[in-house]
Amino acid sequence: MDELEQFRQETRAWLEANCPASMRVPMKTEDEVCWGGRHFEFSSDDQRLWLQRMGEKGWTVPDWPVQYGGGGLDRKRVKILHEEMRNLGCRSPLSSLGILLLAPAMLKYASEEQKLEHLPKIARGEIRWCQGYSEPGSGSDLASLSTSAVDMGDHYLVNGAKIWTSYGDKADWIFCLVRTDPDAPKHEGISFLLFDMESEGVSTAPIRLISGASPFCQTFFDNVKVPKANLVGELNKGWTIAKHLLQHERSSAASLGATAPGSRKQSLQEMAVDAIGMKDGKLDDPIFRQKLARFHVREQAFTLTMQRVGDEMKAGADPGPASSLLKYYGSETNKERRELMIAAGGLDALGWEGEEFEEGRLARSWLRSKANSIEGGTSEIQLNIIAKRVLGLPQAD
Amino acid sequence: MALVLNEEQHLLKSSAEAFFRERAPVTALRALRDTADPTGFSRDLWREMAAMGWAGTFLPEEYGGIGCGYTELGVVMQAAGRTLAASPLFATVALGASAVLLAGSAEQKERLLPAVAAGETLLTVALQEGPHHRPERVATSAVANGEGYMLSGAKTYVPDGHVADVIVVVARTAGAGDEESATSGEGAGDSAGTAGLSLFLVDREAAGVMIERRSMADSRNMAEVRLDGATGELLGTAGEAWPVIDTVIDRANAVLAAEMLGSAQAAFERTMEYLKTREQFGALIGTFQALQHRAAQMFCEIELSKSVVLKALEAIDADAPDAALCASLAKVQVSDMLRLVSDEAIQMHGGIGMTDEEDVGLYLKRARVAQQMLGDENCHLDRYARLRGY
Repeated sequence: MDELEQFRQETRAWLEANCPASMRVPMKTEDEVCWGGRHFEFSSDDQRLWLQRMGEKGWTVPDWPVQYGGGGLDRKRVKILHEEMRNLGCRSPLSSLGILLLAPAMLKYASEEQKLEHLPKIARGEIRWCQGYSEPGSGSDLASLSTSAVDMGDHYLVNGAKIWTSYGDKADWIFCLVRTDPDAPKHEGISFLLFDMESEGVSTAPIRLISGASPFCQTFFDNVKVPKANLVGELNKGWTIAKHLLQHERSSAASLGATAPGSRKQSLQEMAVDAIGMKDGKLDDPIFRQKLARFHVREQAFTLTMQRVGDEMKAGADPGPASSLLKYYGSETNKERRELMIAAGGLDALGWEGEEFEEGRLARSWLRSKANSIEGGTSEIQLNIIAKRVLGLPQAD
Repeated sequence: MALVLNEEQHLLKSSAEAFFRERAPVTALRALRDTADPTGFSRDLWREMAAMGWAGTFLPEEYGGIGCGYTELGVVMQAAGRTLAASPLFATVALGASAVLLAGSAEQKERLLPAVAAGETLLTVALQEGPHHRPERVATSAVANGEGYMLSGAKTYVPDGHVADVIVVVARTAGAGDEESATSGEGAGDSAGTAGLSLFLVDREAAGVMIERRSMADSRNMAEVRLDGATGELLGTAGEAWPVIDTVIDRANAVLAAEMLGSAQAAFERTMEYLKTREQFGALIGTFQALQHRAAQMFCEIELSKSVVLKALEAIDADAPDAALCASLAKVQVSDMLRLVSDEAIQMHGGIGMTDEEDVGLYLKRARVAQQMLGDENCHLDRYARLRGY
């Protein structure tokens, strides 16, 4: 038996012994997602146990180095772990903006001290992070941000406001873009700061969205004192970190557009067949059938492109240019999918409350999808980036 | 299988691109058109291509091929598409050699394929009988006559039909090609339309074969082939040719999609150059966001097309069960993309794009002909939905 096969068997045995039965059934609602953090209310003891066991093993982030709380596994073993988790139906033990967004930037730009301080807590789900990027006056033009951090000798004094802070009211810490040089050109006066959301002067207010949910907040900073040790990277060089982080955000947003492997939710095609019916082996609505087929062509072409870009990166290609393409196409594809689900389901899909409508699952997901092409850089911003960076088109003065 | 070219395929790509750039630039197609060249391509060029093994990319070495695959043929066709290079790669290799390799007896393969690989024999497949690709709608009949068959009917838009030495003809030995069965049962394999179809080898010089060249918008080769009691030699099993026909169409479509992708890339690059040099309102027109976003969208569609073309070719070479689905996927995506890119190439060039002197018009003309060949996006969208089970 080779080492990988042995690893697979040990992994399977460990998961069988340690993953509680209730953590092996698909989640019914978003409320069952485990986010971790100081004040997180676990939906069950099993959920707490599952996070704790996976965290101790380093398997919430199996590819990270061990000293930062990871599992230290190579790519092949990570793949095996994920396959075995999928086979047993194990839920993801932890969803985390810290893992998804902050950590890749920290690994590249933070000091060793900062990594040792923050990464293990992210890995174990002890600290929940939020992102302080957009401001009321700085959306697509993110680099125009005005939240200020003034050098007070032994600390920075932060003043300003952020918006669209995901789970800002539930997060423990924030990674935040601040202006540290108001006189420099806009990209050159920005720094990347970390601070505790329990610091004096921080307050949040949830924003109610068209889906009825409030995943985002406005976040206000009123003379917040931030230790100077919490600056990541160099002073006034935060934009580089910001861009790196956005690339990761875009890549993960892109996966929305791809076909989810082994998804247990009813597929769009099954929905359409159920709702519309078949006649002579074809969907009994020729116009919808045509739209569905064209959507599937685009979805499959996009899924293959994700695969091709991944394969090219493994062969050493630069992922930079592809991330805007994938973000643009992935988010537009997901919006289209949600529109077709509504069209296939008709008024059943627009039900809002009650068990018969699964509390409006389809309608709320459809509304949520409208943000896909806005957050993380709008579709128009992605097209700007492609035109400039990939196609090399001239820029207006 | 990884969706990337391997090292040898990369080398083939560079050498094929250099070859067509130097030996068959767009001016070569213009010369063939302006001199009303009777062959429609350069036989010298074809001999050179054959010498490099390109006429036998997917043929086994025992038949004179180089034992690679359709992926390699696709790589060469993509390079040919960049300069709109006319050659027998599509009709002789992608169509004809595919049919003989799939359906032929050992003796037939021995007789035809080494000569194809050597660039000596030209083949084609005569499939269509009207202006649209309707592979199950075949009225051409074949009647057993001693050891052979007598074929009668009219075939339309046969690629390279006027120069092919041997024409693979789709004819009906049984079953009805009537309208009703033809429209209801395409591709099902067991419908009245597809049952009873057979393949025949017909010699261009045989009695009862009348060939007339058709002049097309893209200046490439098509011919009308009329058969009046012409002798045909059965290729494969009588009445059971549909699975072979279906597979040949898939393979040729994947190769055609590769050519279309190459053409789109060249037309797109040309258009981007124009946006970077043309000035209006005191600025380069490439600075206008109205054009930048459309350019970026074309880029995205081309990137998606690269993935589906490579996938379709790899699926053929791996004999994957979803090869048919992948072929139709590629044809739809690439046709949609090429429609966009060829239209935008004209629009972004403005008035100059309407002139014969500017090349983008040639790309537009080739685009529409290639889209129609072996089924346009509507035809393949319908097939794709059917193959997915709806």
